[in-house]
Amino acid sequence: MRPGAPLGRLTPLGAVLLALLALGGAFGPARGQTAAPPGATAQATLPRDRLIVTVSQPEVLISSNFAGVDLVVFGAVETADATVPADVVVTVRGPGETFLTWRKSRVLGLWINTDSRTFIDVPSFLSVQANRPFDRMASEETQRVEQIGLAHYILVQRVGPDFADVVVTDPFRAAFIRTLSAEGLYQEDQRGVRFLAPNVFRTGISIPGRAPIGRYTVDVILLRAGKVTARASSTFNVQKGGFEQEVTSLAQNSGLLYGISVAFGSLIVGFIANILFRKE
Amino acid sequence: MTIYLPIAELPVAIFAIFAMGLAVGFISGMFGVGGGFLMTPLLIFSGVPPTVAVASVSPYMAASSFSGALSYLRKGMVDLPLATVLLLGGLLGTASGVALFAWLRSVGQVDLAIAVSYTTLLGAIGTLMIVESVRAMARSRSGAPPEVRRPGTHAWFMRLPLKMRFRRSRIYVSAIPVAVMGFVIGLLGAVLGVGGGFILVPALIYMLRVPTQTSVGTSLVLMLVTMTAATVLHAEANRTVDAVLALVLMVGGTVGAQFGARAGQTLRAEHLRLLLGLLVLSVGVRVAADLVTPPADPFTVTTVWERH
Repeated sequence: MRPGAPLGRLTPLGAVLLALLALGGAFGPARGQTAAPPGATAQATLPRDRLIVTVSQPEVLISSNFAGVDLVVFGAVETADATVPADVVVTVRGPGETFLTWRKSRVLGLWINTDSRTFIDVPSFLSVQANRPFDRMASEETQRVEQIGLAHYILVQRVGPDFADVVVTDPFRAAFIRTLSAEGLYQEDQRGVRFLAPNVFRTGISIPGRAPIGRYTVDVILLRAGKVTARASSTFNVQKGGFEQEVTSLAQNSGLLYGISVAFGSLIVGFIANILFRKE
Repeated sequence: MTIYLPIAELPVAIFAIFAMGLAVGFISGMFGVGGGFLMTPLLIFSGVPPTVAVASVSPYMAASSFSGALSYLRKGMVDLPLATVLLLGGLLGTASGVALFAWLRSVGQVDLAIAVSYTTLLGAIGTLMIVESVRAMARSRSGAPPEVRRPGTHAWFMRLPLKMRFRRSRIYVSAIPVAVMGFVIGLLGAVLGVGGGFILVPALIYMLRVPTQTSVGTSLVLMLVTMTAATVLHAEANRTVDAVLALVLMVGGTVGAQFGARAGQTLRAEHLRLLLGLLVLSVGVRVAADLVTPPADPFTVTTVWERH
């Protein structure tokens, strides 16, 4: 089925999924929330939507062969009267992290880091997906208020003593998004969300191998005629598995013991290598 | 096939890292140097954060130098008193280096410090070694005795007080320049993730006139201790030692070193020094090229090591 499938056609698969999701949303760990549309006028003309969202895997465990994982976000819309087509924006955020973006420039013939901006507590993973281009579903104003898309996402920088986001064209901001996008940590797909049925949608989230550890939030907004009519969110965790977790906690909590163990292990490896090759 | 590095928090191609260990191990076995000056840039190039690369190369070198040092100890080619004096300076240097590294990281100039030191050091030492070995080759071709040891010609720094006799090395010099040499090696080791063998071996040969084999054996013992200390200190101070990465490297490295050592024995000493000189110089030139050519992207993003 193409993205943005025509309304009013509920396939059997869609109906089953919708039923499942409705159950999952009601009793599962990922609970949908409903919210009234922002404007009173919108409330008068647009239907009351209820949005339910769930993630295919509430917990991603990193084991030694982890090289990234693909998750699926399912959503269902409960609505009384669906005459206006629905648009969906799915924003997935990883744990907040502080980054430094450095700019090199030429000093005495050498290219060195001369200027930097600190991005305070910005998502370490950010994926924004929609069923059709943002510009067609919402006004510039709505996109800005709702932080739809990477270009509208507020990335707080430390500018001197103040904290503020800057214009989209700021070279540090652009370089930051470009670098993280190249690592697969920032993603934007304006046609990533697919409607399986008029009221059921899904989208894939590709978590790269180097994705940070922690709690991820999935925020979904539903728009009709450019107005937000419902919101829902869900979360999932990315965490290290048994061995990886133990190594990390040992390294973090008792660095000295960890260091001594690693050093001792190195000497054993060196000794074994020497013995193995001694005979010849 | 990838393996997840728990501290670097990213998957790497296990066979690529293993092959890297093998190749660097071969070179280090051949020339009797640690190979950190090759390993650290290779790891950084593979996407491992510099802080993790520098810290995780230390246990790798502890393993490979222990393996090598045992062989030299059996052959009686380690000057333990010389190693002890070097070590006194070396441990102080390592501790200062770990602190300096933490400070450089906080001001964002680790890359610059690493690049400039690499260029200067490798350029100077590589050139020195090439010039010397070409001279030695020319001398042996013209039929002159291969090396003339002149006990009378002592540089000023060898005549400082606290003179000591190092029997194995057949030298009688002040302990001060030896300890200073150890300090510099320890400092570089911690900041650059290099064992310093490629600096210490030529320094012992050309400045203190220690025989080549004894220089290598003594350097390996020193490297063993400083790299073991660097592992513990980095784990304690910076928390960036990746045990999984180090293990893969050291398994490849110790195996590669054995083949390298055998290959090295078939070469003549001055040819070996010429090859090492060329290798050191080319790494220096490579780093210098990065420093002076305009980067493809002038921007880089680094993580401030804290998660919320």
